[in-house]
Amino acid sequence: MKRSDDRSFRIGTGAFAALVLLIVAGIAFELTRQSTLSIAKFGLKFWTTRVWDPVSGDFGALPFIWGTLYSAILALLIATPVALGIAIFISELSPRILRQPLAYLTELLAAIPSIVYGLWGIFVLVPIVRKIEIAMGAKPALGVGMMAAALILAVMVIPFTSSVAREILKNVPATQREAAYALGATRWEAIKVAIGFGRTGIIGAVMLGFGRALGETMAVTMVIGNSPQISASLFKPQYTMAAVIANEFTEAADELYLHALIEIGLLLFIITVGVNLLSRLLIWSTKRRVITSAVMPVVVAEEVPA
Amino acid sequence: MTANLRRRKIYSGLFEALCALAVIVALIPLAMILFYVVKEGFGALNVDFFTHMPKPVGESGGGMANAIAGTLILICIAAAFAVPVGCLCGIHLSEYPGTKFSSVVRFAADVLNGVPSIVVGIFAYGILVLPVKRFSAIAGGVALGLLMIPIVVRTTEELLRLVPGGLREGALALGATRGRAVFSVIVPAALPGILTGILVALARVAGETAPLLFTAFNNRFWSTSLTQPIASLTVQVFTYAISPYDDWHRQAWAGAFLLVMMILALSILARLAVRRLERMNRS
Repeated sequence: MKRSDDRSFRIGTGAFAALVLLIVAGIAFELTRQSTLSIAKFGLKFWTTRVWDPVSGDFGALPFIWGTLYSAILALLIATPVALGIAIFISELSPRILRQPLAYLTELLAAIPSIVYGLWGIFVLVPIVRKIEIAMGAKPALGVGMMAAALILAVMVIPFTSSVAREILKNVPATQREAAYALGATRWEAIKVAIGFGRTGIIGAVMLGFGRALGETMAVTMVIGNSPQISASLFKPQYTMAAVIANEFTEAADELYLHALIEIGLLLFIITVGVNLLSRLLIWSTKRRVITSAVMPVVVAEEVPA
Repeated sequence: MTANLRRRKIYSGLFEALCALAVIVALIPLAMILFYVVKEGFGALNVDFFTHMPKPVGESGGGMANAIAGTLILICIAAAFAVPVGCLCGIHLSEYPGTKFSSVVRFAADVLNGVPSIVVGIFAYGILVLPVKRFSAIAGGVALGLLMIPIVVRTTEELLRLVPGGLREGALALGATRGRAVFSVIVPAALPGILTGILVALARVAGETAPLLFTAFNNRFWSTSLTQPIASLTVQVFTYAISPYDDWHRQAWAGAFLLVMMILALSILARLAVRRLERMNRS
């Protein structure tokens, strides 16, 4: 009697868990189904050409892919050192009493809605960037563009990377640092040992931030200038995949246009899922390694007397 | 002290200082954002903002009554859909943590959490807007619900795991079935935490804009119909922010202020609830 009750409980709750799997599969299916027109018409050329002409029905997504990757990589370059610095400070250096409040404050950065970042970006950050551009002699000094987007993305990504990196550092066995100190290491050298031990996980943390930066929409849309051009310039307005979807989706009058936009969404989905899978695997494998190596010394200690 | 050691110590101190600097670098934008939101937003907030409809371009005054109502309706739809799914899924994960199925689901929840919100918006558009050819509150609510699910799943699972094992063992020892033990003993013990976790997830999705742009769309008028386009605070802030009118900019800041205050209040509440649970676990 009781066993069958337990089984129905297990299956009942399991059905809802399966629903989560179904949703992920459903997103992949639906995005593919809704972009067939564009996939059939342009094929691989869609990803390598740079014409974006809704009037004549000719679409190429290269400028958006470029803008997305460029802005996300720039954001990572800015955010990673800062995020790791925060993680190290909070987990290794900070006085105990400051730990919780600092962790809470940095995580607050993740709680602020994207639209608020965007609003702040338009009215506060962009004028500052414009002043920098004028000082550097960039022409025309618009303020909106790649630099503003990369800066705002960097701020938005920091909390994600730093909280995972902190978690990894916290899980590095104390024996690693103790061994370093015993060999006469300075504090920084001991920290380097801990970072080296958790490096796979820390790379995972950085990739998690990368995934966030790739998919970020509103704040970037509001400050990047929305102009599809491929340029390495930091000051030129550019465009991202998420931004073009946000801006043009409701304007897409014909079906091919809509399918082209959804195909961009499909690629964004594939890239972010790939990046996330990789980052979770890295984080997960580090955590596992931490657990197994934390057990090891105990075994060794037991063997020594014998 | 040898020169070499002195050099290493200076090196060490330098990098420690850089780490401290990193914290300050990250806190500057946080302080700036909060400062501007309060400075620009608080001044623009008045009773009209909550009770009046948007005025046409050129007329000053007016408010976001329809957008506030719209956001509340949207997050109610999201919760109605995401809370049961998310909680039951979280319960399954915490009850059967070791199975292969659970690790796959946990992975899927993490993946879903990483999917850009705009992509989730396209999905909701494809299944709920395209077939009926009309933007609707339902579509917007479902898009937000999909974004809520992974957060609710993970908080539920984590909080249930904080419940002392003795409680579960006690219930099972008294002859309760698994389901009985979970719903009458374990879930109630974690309930305050789970509820605040849900509130935080709600606050998070209430701040979402991208998935609403082409699901709930926007509406200049008062609407509570679930099958019609509906206004929301975030989309309204977006529309006003990119408009050229000063009066609309002020309203955008007021909307942003409201959003940020709501999120701050809820996240502090959640922190207190989790701390209480942890204390209970220790004793």
